[in-house]
Amino acid sequence: MNKILTIAKREFNTFFDSLIAYIMVVVFLGFSGFFTWLFGADVFLRGQASIAPFFDIAYWALFFFIPALTMRMLAEEQKSGTIELLLTNPVTDWQIIFGKFLACLALVGITLLFSLPYYFTAAWLGPVDHGAVWVGYLGILLMSSAYIGIGLFSSSITNNQIVAILLALMLNLLFALLFGFLAQATTGGWMANLFDYMSLRVHYDSMIRGVIDTKDIIYFLSITGFCLVLTEAMLSKRNVVD
Amino acid sequence: MNIRVESLVKKYGNQRAVDGISFEVKSGEIVGFLGPNGAGKTTTMKIITCYMAASEGDVKVGNYSVREDAAAIKQCIGYLPEHNPLYLEMPVIEYLQFAASIQGVAKSNINARVREMVKVCGLDKEKHKRIDELSKGFRQRVGLAQAMIHDPEVLILDEPTTGLDPNQIVEIRELIRRVGEQKTVILSTHILPEVEATCDRIVIINDGKIVADGVPSELRKQASGAEISRVRIEEGMPNEVFQQLSSISTVELVDLSGTDNLYEVKSKQGLSSRRAIFEMCVKNQWILTELTPIERDLEDVFRNVTMG
Repeated sequence: MNKILTIAKREFNTFFDSLIAYIMVVVFLGFSGFFTWLFGADVFLRGQASIAPFFDIAYWALFFFIPALTMRMLAEEQKSGTIELLLTNPVTDWQIIFGKFLACLALVGITLLFSLPYYFTAAWLGPVDHGAVWVGYLGILLMSSAYIGIGLFSSSITNNQIVAILLALMLNLLFALLFGFLAQATTGGWMANLFDYMSLRVHYDSMIRGVIDTKDIIYFLSITGFCLVLTEAMLSKRNVVD
Repeated sequence: MNIRVESLVKKYGNQRAVDGISFEVKSGEIVGFLGPNGAGKTTTMKIITCYMAASEGDVKVGNYSVREDAAAIKQCIGYLPEHNPLYLEMPVIEYLQFAASIQGVAKSNINARVREMVKVCGLDKEKHKRIDELSKGFRQRVGLAQAMIHDPEVLILDEPTTGLDPNQIVEIRELIRRVGEQKTVILSTHILPEVEATCDRIVIINDGKIVADGVPSELRKQASGAEISRVRIEEGMPNEVFQQLSSISTVELVDLSGTDNLYEVKSKQGLSSRRAIFEMCVKNQWILTELTPIERDLEDVFRNVTMG
């Protein structure tokens, strides 16, 4: 556990050294704040104390931001050779992966902390469905961990950061959009159900409505777990004896 | 802690990068691992440090085997990989603290270890800089400090001096010698004077196989065989000197180097002609101003065993 935290701390500091953390916080808050309070279907237009627009924006903002966080995590280590140093230390592949995962999740968590004033402001303006907001936040975190899993896996298969981010965006798109389209295009039958279940949007929407369904939680956690297992497989590929 | 490499094989597809290597490094020895590029040095080191799995064979570090006790081995090995990878965006001190913590150095001990490494590796003036602001020589010191931060019993250094200027090479070499007094060290290189200056023993590999193994002086003797001396004889007529030299019974070949009364005299296998040369000069009242044994150096050994 100690070593996971050591790795996480180093990665976390790197976010702040490389400005990416500041950019993430500022742009994420600016973007979501703009659409929550000032533009489009904002709070005042709806005449309703709700931060639903915030959750809509977070869905797409994290879609882009998380691959930007994860793209260098393993690709750069493989390119510069530091992965060799890391792996010849007494740490396991899993400790490295969890450390990196945790660092990303912590940065997302901190960004979300800064968005809490939106919620407090809305609560000051009128009656807010408190349960829905907190479950929504949980939903964002779960969705983020799925995106982080996808991002880490993409980063593990290449030593080129551009390839890593493009692959991550492509996979994200599959879950965020394409499975939804496919579910609509397939009329009925088990195929439609499958695509519907695979679509990230469906599970996210149900969470931001304030519904805690184990099905949704299992969905997010299994994407995360599956991607991390694949990441570990890519890392330990060096050990395969042919 | 000793290291025993036992008929190690590593295959990349059809290519056998390491092909049945066996050797032993005793506790406290500094062994130079030599070979042309692509001979399999780095691969062997990656296997010893448990970064890669071997296809066949085994490596034992102390009583641990890389196949079963990787975690224990990683703890007692300090490793400086080829090209010295570092987290360039980190400051030196912070990086060493990270390295110590990930090596499992106790929290209360980390700062003391970092201070000691900064002192041992001569990083005092640069310790607050970021690693990417350091010159190559200092980066190499940071790499060495990182490898030794947990006070390992075994040090594996993959080409620790490539790309350094001559002064830095001497400094790093001294550093290795100094720390190598209490540790078992394997260092790979293709710079030959380096091995002679730092190592107790040399293992030369080529095409994944060991082609020579021994102490430097022994290898040199093996390669040269016959005694060769450079002789300068003054006062005599070159032709006459040449003839007399050739007629000495132990001399096999005399080479006239042309100018300055210089001759190269090769003796027959296992024999020495230096006394006879001296006596000949006394007898003819010639003046012997130089009699230098020409030693075959390691470069010749290296070329002999890795080519052809």
